[in-house]
Amino acid sequence: MANPNGIGASVRRVEDNRFITGRGTYTDDINRPGQTYGWFVRSPHAAAKIKSINAKKALAMPGVIAVLTGADMAADNIGGLPCGWLVKSKDGSPMKEPGHPPLANDRVRHVGDQVAFVIAATREGARDAADAVEVSYEPLKAAVDAAAALKPGAPLVHDDVPGNLCYDWEWGDKAKTDEAFKNAAHVTKLKVINNRLVPNAIEPRAAIGEYDRASDRYTLYTTTQNPHVIRLLMGAFVLHVPESKLRVVAPDVGGGFGSKIFHYAEEAVVTWAAKKTGQTIKWTCDRSESFVTDAHGRDHTTEAELAMDKNGKFLGLRVHTIASMGAYLSTFASSVPTYLYATLLAGQYSTPAIYANVKAVFTNTVPVDAYRGAGRPEACYILERIVENAAREMKLDKTEIRRRNLVPAAAMPYMTPVALQYDSGNFAHNLDVGLKAADYAGFAKRKEASAKQGKLRGIGLSTYIEACGIAPSAVAGALGARAGLYEAAEVRFHPTGTVTVFTGSHSHGQGHETTFAQVVATKLGVPFENIEIVHGDTDRIPFGMGTYGSRSIAVGGVAIVEACEKIITKSKKIAAHVLQTTADKIDFEDGVFKDKASNKTMTIAEVAFTAYVPHNFPHDTLEPGLDEQAFYDPKNFTYPNGCYVCEVEIAQDTGEVSIASFYAVDDFGKVINPMIVEGQVHGGLGQGIGQALLEHCVYDHQSGQLISGSYMDYAMPRADNLPSFNVSTTEVPCTHNVLGVKGCGEAGAIGAPAAVMNAVVDALSNLGINHIEMPATSQNVWQAMQGATKKAAD
Amino acid sequence: MREFSYHRPKSVADAAKAFSSKSEARYLAGGHSLLPAMKQRLNAPSDLIDLSAIKDLKGIKIAGGEVVIGAGTTHAEVAHSTEIKKAIPALCVLAEGIGDPQVRNRGTIGGSLANNDPASDYPAAVLGLGATVVTNKREIAADSFFKGLFETALEDGEIITAVRFPIPEKAGYAKFAQPASRFCIVGVMAAKTKSGVRVAVTGAGPGVFRATDIEKALASSFSAGASLPAVKASGLSSDIHAGAEYRAHLVGVMAKRAVAAAG
Ligand SMILES: Cc1cc2nc3c(=O)[nH]c(=O)nc-3n(C[C@H](O)[C@H](O)[C@H](O)COP(=O)(O)OP(=O)(O)OC[C@H]3O[C@@H](n4cnc5c(N)ncnc54)[C@H](O)[C@@H]3O)c2cc1C
Repeated sequence: MANPNGIGASVRRVEDNRFITGRGTYTDDINRPGQTYGWFVRSPHAAAKIKSINAKKALAMPGVIAVLTGADMAADNIGGLPCGWLVKSKDGSPMKEPGHPPLANDRVRHVGDQVAFVIAATREGARDAADAVEVSYEPLKAAVDAAAALKPGAPLVHDDVPGNLCYDWEWGDKAKTDEAFKNAAHVTKLKVINNRLVPNAIEPRAAIGEYDRASDRYTLYTTTQNPHVIRLLMGAFVLHVPESKLRVVAPDVGGGFGSKIFHYAEEAVVTWAAKKTGQTIKWTCDRSESFVTDAHGRDHTTEAELAMDKNGKFLGLRVHTIASMGAYLSTFASSVPTYLYATLLAGQYSTPAIYANVKAVFTNTVPVDAYRGAGRPEACYILERIVENAAREMKLDKTEIRRRNLVPAAAMPYMTPVALQYDSGNFAHNLDVGLKAADYAGFAKRKEASAKQGKLRGIGLSTYIEACGIAPSAVAGALGARAGLYEAAEVRFHPTGTVTVFTGSHSHGQGHETTFAQVVATKLGVPFENIEIVHGDTDRIPFGMGTYGSRSIAVGGVAIVEACEKIITKSKKIAAHVLQTTADKIDFEDGVFKDKASNKTMTIAEVAFTAYVPHNFPHDTLEPGLDEQAFYDPKNFTYPNGCYVCEVEIAQDTGEVSIASFYAVDDFGKVINPMIVEGQVHGGLGQGIGQALLEHCVYDHQSGQLISGSYMDYAMPRADNLPSFNVSTTEVPCTHNVLGVKGCGEAGAIGAPAAVMNAVVDALSNLGINHIEMPATSQNVWQAMQGATKKAAD
Repeated sequence: MREFSYHRPKSVADAAKAFSSKSEARYLAGGHSLLPAMKQRLNAPSDLIDLSAIKDLKGIKIAGGEVVIGAGTTHAEVAHSTEIKKAIPALCVLAEGIGDPQVRNRGTIGGSLANNDPASDYPAAVLGLGATVVTNKREIAADSFFKGLFETALEDGEIITAVRFPIPEKAGYAKFAQPASRFCIVGVMAAKTKSGVRVAVTGAGPGVFRATDIEKALASSFSAGASLPAVKASGLSSDIHAGAEYRAHLVGVMAKRAVAAAG
């Protein structure tokens, strides 16, 4: 009998009880004995020299314990924040990695850059004292927009980085691609901006630093998606403290979307300051601070060209991208517009020649790094936008041009010209399912009905493929990754038959406590309620690379299965001993070991009990106990893919865009919990639609002040901006992991922007409009319509 | 937020007295403009004088061709008032469109008017319907109450006690919300009143104003089909959400929608 709470069941999320009733324990909910509070003095300038810092007044204020600066850190030999991925320019030179001090030394490089750290008995007291720290700045000219920062004579963000150029990287076969363009019957060109986004996790970042003199150990509680990675980076590069002396705890974390992957200055500062001052220090970011310190996402400007033969068959794709890195290289910043972007430029198509050139640029803005999708949304957006324009120019239906170019299912495994090998997928099938669900054929009628109400209706498609669970480590390492990309798990039976699973993945909204327990329940035949999933503590979990890039089930989940397999292997030996047979004669199903010959059985709980109370036990060949670890390093990426169909209506008098319908067909491989997967898709679509229609991080081009620095100006998507989603999955199992899973966390955010924008452009195409930048706000659309009307009149 | 002393007087007179005895006192109504500003430390009063226990500031009355709304009445109470719905439905529509349920359950008409945020909704109602702002000292006609960006005719310590809205023949309100804050990029109240047509515009400029050209056009025919003169962009606000040109255009569109909504 299949486990009712096993793989494939929409089990309600067990973690939601505590979240919904306010009993979650987030970092800011943790209060340590004698705890003090920290507040950062931050730069009000985008670029300035620090002439002096005078903390006299602040130190004299009640309850103030210390004011620490970059000079104090330098005196303690504290290192800079490292970047985890080395990218080399096309001339072979390594990327420029300018210093990234946790507290500024002599220069500040973006509004929000941390200048000093104030510790006081209360949070408000620390904040008051921070206001009283006198910093004398000499403001400098700022380089704000990436393209402008590359121009000769632009202000330098770092004196030691000429031209603000971090790297000038290329990928793909340039000669072959140039050749393809020579033979083209038609070339479609498009310049697009991928708008900069502020991640806005619901829980602002927080950190508590604690130091125990007796053991000479530090503990850092922090809002991270990957505690072991933080321990490694902070210990090895910044504080120069061995892992054995560092404990990093990431308790409940309220959303991350990538922004909580990175090792942030505040984590290092509170940990270092804890020992220096002998205080336990809590720092909690407020929302305004989040806007100017959490790593931002996207911010690409791309010129793309697509070469086709006369039948609309793609011959070559050429892409030139300028990517803003912000003021410093955040932890994985360098990998996002390169290995997570250009490698995806084939999309679902069989384009034979692809070339990408990416210039990464320092600007006086908040660092830019991975944000839900990380590089892959940028790739999908440029590709799907240009394909749709190509269809229009070739006078082909948007579905037809795709059909002519999709990689057929029969071609799997398929090697792209940009280094990835897709293992599985049936792209044409997804397209069929999507078009049918969305009643593509009936669109003309719906357009007419909208027109009667003064609205322009458009339909847009996007097909996406993403590469999840970056792997294998050896390949990632060859490409510049400075870390392994496996995952660790430990499955521990307790004597009375309950199970604790320690996973290196980290749940910050994904529902791992439920999904992973379902996997274990199925594999071990243990009741779902008897399985506890533990994550987020480097002292409890063997190791971990954390959660990002939709890797948790595909890498972390598989690691758990591998540990379960070890449990089963050992259990069979124990059962064989008790049942007086040999392990090869033992069958295991639904938690019961059976001797095939005698039909005698033993439950896995009984085996566990025997393992811990080993009175009748094969002591000469086995150790007691039932506790197994596994490290899993995947053989390949996984490739979730899908097809999205969106319809929009545009009010002719205001330019306001509303989403009339949205159909998502996703192939995530095997689905463990359909309800959770649907929730992940909804969330991703919400963020993708947010990027397309609402979200826009805007800096003043001159001063580098963040204009959209609060929810008064940064538009987050809300329920009434979104339609009722229609989502479904087509399960084509991944061929290289035992679960057949591909991952689902980022899909929506990757595929949605292009679908929405293609629909917007479709609605406006009769006016001669062939592109509009994100976000398609009412004003942007209205201005485009005005421009088009004016052009027609001239 | 910095430290402050808290007072909760029971009468308007006590509130005014408390105010005058403190150096940097502020009245507190729903707190939905004042508290966010205090949390950001843009505002740090020494004393907060909470008006919420004053019964005289509460309630809705319909009498003598007027809707009288106590200054302490919340947006939600206005939105859901069956009496107002009968007398001036546009007022309910306006109140229902302010912020979200939490904001509407706390925020008050008095607080909104005293604050006079250039993107807030109520100023359009008060000016568009030709209301009278009643204070503990006097009565102020709408046309002389609003003085531009966060400025009003209120003197230091003066308390709004009520707002008197003459019931119009018909009136409609249309709002084009800013996508992030959901305050007004443009809000237009268009009313046909006994003393003529009034069209008040909020959000578009540094303060609520009457669109006199549109009023003239509607005077001859107060109908959705009426052709309205183009609105000039000069003097209107510009920000990342809407430039002056777009705002000017929206004033025309919202005016039309407001007239259509008036029925
Ligand atoms: C998330 C959010 C969304 C919002 N959206 C909108 C929106 O869409 N449209 C809109 O119009 N508003 C919006 N608001 C503002 C909201 O309507 C506020 O409630 C209103 O602006 C202030 O009213 P209050 O009662 O909260 O006043 P408070 O914040 O308590 O006070 C505001 C000011 O008025 C003074 N004051 C209060 N009462 C009196 C009185 N009786 N006499 C004299 N002075 C007084 C106070 O001293 C203070 O200076 C929003 C607010 C928030 C937080």
